[in-house]
Amino acid sequence: MKQKTTTIKNRAGIHARPAALIVQTASQFESNIYLEKDSEKINAKSIMGIITLGASYKTDIIVSAEGSDEEEAVEAIAALFEKKFEEE
Amino acid sequence: MKSLTVLDLLDLDLKEHNALELKCLAGRKGLVREITVPELNRPGLPLNGFYENFAEQRIQLVGRGEYAFLEKLFKEGTTESVEKLFTYTIPCCIFSHNLQPHKYFLEIAEKSQTPVLISSLTSSEISVRLIRLLSNFFAPQQTVHGVLVEVAGSGVLIQGDSGVGKSETALELIERGHRLVADDAVVIKCISGNNLIGSGTNKVIGHHMEIRGLGIINISHIFGVGAIRDEKQIDFVVQLEEWDSSQIYDRIGSHDTTTDILGVKVPYLKIPVKPGRNIPIIIETAALNERLKQKGQYSAREFNKNIIQWLESENARKVYLENYNNKQDIK
Repeated sequence: MKQKTTTIKNRAGIHARPAALIVQTASQFESNIYLEKDSEKINAKSIMGIITLGASYKTDIIVSAEGSDEEEAVEAIAALFEKKFEEE
Repeated sequence: MKSLTVLDLLDLDLKEHNALELKCLAGRKGLVREITVPELNRPGLPLNGFYENFAEQRIQLVGRGEYAFLEKLFKEGTTESVEKLFTYTIPCCIFSHNLQPHKYFLEIAEKSQTPVLISSLTSSEISVRLIRLLSNFFAPQQTVHGVLVEVAGSGVLIQGDSGVGKSETALELIERGHRLVADDAVVIKCISGNNLIGSGTNKVIGHHMEIRGLGIINISHIFGVGAIRDEKQIDFVVQLEEWDSSQIYDRIGSHDTTTDILGVKVPYLKIPVKPGRNIPIIIETAALNERLKQKGQYSAREFNKNIIQWLESENARKVYLENYNNKQDIK
């Protein structure tokens, strides 16, 4: 189990496009990947789940992964947050 | 290049509002002449002796005005321009309103082997019908591999590699009350520049399908005449593909992809096939969604708009609370 806390850095928050980007990235890994906001924990491979998190600007999100490639998975997802989902 | 002779024009078995109601009065030997352009000409100027830029390759349509002028010429005996008309190899001459050409006119036509036809329709009506017929005939066309079905009123062209399940998908769509237009080979015509009309290659062998394990079946016999259609405008293209986990499939659908058929852009969906995915239902839903889009309702875009609004209001609430708490701390 690998974990990392990130913050949403793009103004618009996680809407449909960033959600799709997260799902695409997550689907490349074998591990089970989760996003956690407050007490909600959802599967990072489910697009509707990510959107319904309602993650807005400056929200803290815990990215976690469990499986054979958990390290790379967490890094890859966290990198998306750092890159502001290629927005702005 | 396909060719259409004047004889074909007479032989066409067209229904009601398409009928040309033509009869041949003279120049039967010339019925093999070919019509090469989808245009008509009213020979007013040439009959008056002005032959510059004369469109001789076009069908010459004589209406009431030209007819009255011809009558005047024959009465006065100045028929040089009429004789000159028949030195050109015009495909044929059509008289509208059942106007009977002058005896001498028929004689010159006969001599030059130019067909003279007569129709009971008005000039404007026969022009409309002829132009429609000719532009359909001369429309650019292409034959593609795929199945064309009408789903909930939309024309859906299903394409994909052999064995991916196009025919089976179409069969289930038909079973669910939709209609088959053509299986395997679909002839697509581009009419009036942006309208793609698909049909089967041949009316005689049309509406048959090959289903692996069953062989060839006749759809109209099995499912009734309500399950078939002769032609249909193509509204979008569905590409069926074996599921490939390395490929990225559209998850949101807020961007429209299109494909090019005969220079016309058509909405295009790529649908991955794998056991457990019910493709006919997906296509049915896609057809309904496409109709909504044509009405200006984009589910995916509206959904995203609402999400962004929601996130903004969450954000504003957070900022407000932070400011409020900070003020409390200062006090």
